[in-house]
Amino acid sequence: MDAAGPEGNAIVVDGLRKSYGALVAVDGISFEVRQGEFFGILGPNGAGKTTTMEMVEGLRRPDAGTVRILGESPWPRNFGLLRRIGIQLQASAFFDKLTAVEQLQTFASLYGADRKAAREMLELVGLGEKANTREDRLSGGQRQRLSIACALVHGPDVVFLDEPTSGLDPQARRNLWDVLESIRSRGKTIVYTTHYLEEAEQLCDRVAIMESGRLLAVDTPADLVAGLDAPTRVLLKAGVIPVDTARAIAGVDGAAEEGGLLTITTSSPGTVLAHLAETTPLDTLQVRTTTLEDVFLHLTGRAYRE
Amino acid sequence: MSAFRSLSIASLKSFLRDRIAVFFSFAFPLIFIVIFGLVFSGSGTGRIEIGLVGEGPVASALESSGAFELRRFDSLPEALNEVEEGEIPAAVAVEGNRVTIRYAASDPAAAATVRGVVEGVVNEVNLRVAGVSPTYQVTARQVEDSTLQPIQFIVPGMMSWGVALGAVFGSAFTLVTWRRKQVLRRLRSAPVGLGVILAARLVATLLIGVVQAVVFIGVGLLPAFGLRLSGQWWLALPVLLLGIVAFFAVGLVIGAVCKTEEATSGVANAIIVPMAFLSGVFFPLDQAPQWMRSVGDFMPLKHMNDGVSAFLVHGQAPEAMAVPLVVLAGFTALMTLVAARLFNWEAG
Repeated sequence: MDAAGPEGNAIVVDGLRKSYGALVAVDGISFEVRQGEFFGILGPNGAGKTTTMEMVEGLRRPDAGTVRILGESPWPRNFGLLRRIGIQLQASAFFDKLTAVEQLQTFASLYGADRKAAREMLELVGLGEKANTREDRLSGGQRQRLSIACALVHGPDVVFLDEPTSGLDPQARRNLWDVLESIRSRGKTIVYTTHYLEEAEQLCDRVAIMESGRLLAVDTPADLVAGLDAPTRVLLKAGVIPVDTARAIAGVDGAAEEGGLLTITTSSPGTVLAHLAETTPLDTLQVRTTTLEDVFLHLTGRAYRE
Repeated sequence: MSAFRSLSIASLKSFLRDRIAVFFSFAFPLIFIVIFGLVFSGSGTGRIEIGLVGEGPVASALESSGAFELRRFDSLPEALNEVEEGEIPAAVAVEGNRVTIRYAASDPAAAATVRGVVEGVVNEVNLRVAGVSPTYQVTARQVEDSTLQPIQFIVPGMMSWGVALGAVFGSAFTLVTWRRKQVLRRLRSAPVGLGVILAARLVATLLIGVVQAVVFIGVGLLPAFGLRLSGQWWLALPVLLLGIVAFFAVGLVIGAVCKTEEATSGVANAIIVPMAFLSGVFFPLDQAPQWMRSVGDFMPLKHMNDGVSAFLVHGQAPEAMAVPLVVLAGFTALMTLVAARLFNWEAG
């Protein structure tokens, strides 16, 4: 189980557990991350995502359980392994008053890596023009991208990103998604935490859903959604067609009006939409498919709160 | 580039771009050097200024004796007016064969000096006029004692204090800020040992300290202040460097204990300011009570200052290095041990 083959697991986590006094932050979780995979750990704030990450990264000692990254244990500090992983922390950990490129050069040197990589990383995260700007004069989104570049500058095989998109405005988040996609396309294994479910659904190959220190599910977003076998909802402006007419359409499981909207639920959306297209003006029609939020609701019995 | 070198350079850049840090390291001690240097300039010359009225052999002999700063007055009442106002302690009037001394009652010590010197000069002139060679002769020659010049203790004192302050704040603030901003954590996830991280910061501190010392001495050497270095001034360097290391270690303890920059600043000042007074860097402790001098013997700053002064201005033999170096090395070891016990990579 120690060796990770080329197509094998980059990370193997087994029975990880951590308590702070009476509070059980992480309650015995196990999962694997495959080489080259974009793996998301999702859950609301306080679910134990960061503690899990810290134990996997070797920044925190687990009470129980084992972690193997590329076949090696991250605890105690293991310089050989540290060179092969890149860690981005929640806070923006920078040296005081150094410019963007100086931060990257310094971090490159810490890993014995080529300082020339600094410029390339700045381009990768779209900060090429901010090379000579001091970190304290960058915007929140720019700092976030710089901290990701700092985690990548030594060319690690496995990258850990802790809440890289939190606290950013929508535009900055979209920009960052592009950065994350381009990192993935370089063949890195990426483990990242987020509390944005729709973001994870879009970015991740596989996700682990966490709540209260436990893993509720680990799978691809598509399989999680499909496994739920939940109906599709078609939304129409109330009054466009009567509720009873809607109920009578072939393939409709149910229909109800609420808050100015008529919601039709169906397991065969194709049939229903075809019928509606022939009989009804569709300007206001919306289709809601199942999302990870529905999965979360199903798994916990509670609506998802970020 | 090695991790060590790049961390040293990063620390230096952070320092140089921090105007407040640069101010406290350079300008702050310099202000004290300038103020003390100007306040005390002249007070160490020891020459009493007196008024002189009249001409003749006695007046000339008084001038050539160099015992006093002489202020010429046209009449005795004019001179007495100055005495009454406390500007000068005494006035001497020469009228024909009569020499009159009038002195302020408030300054009997100066009066006695003036009277003794004037009587001596008058006796000498009398002997010369009588053509008699004196039976007894006094030969006086001055001993060069640099401590008499205030600038000779002001500069080493302010230098020791300024450099020590810089080292304490440098290491303490680095630890606290890096911990709070999670830089320490980030460094922990890089393949670098804590020793390398701290050694890199220490090298930056040593460089800053040496530049501070050069600036303070350079300003002291300006004609306005008149610092005179002894022939073996460079022997002060080992003491200076080990002093920086010792205070860097003090800063590590403070940085290990404190959580915020505000607390760090408070604790560091609470330690350094009393230590500065007890170590005699602002004022020499010669006049201080015995207990205060005994307490001072436990202060690393006192030993640093003693060691630096010994070579910078007193020109002592290299053996004078022994006690300061041993004390500072012991202090460094003790502080490093305490800091290692208290150190934490993370807050809380």
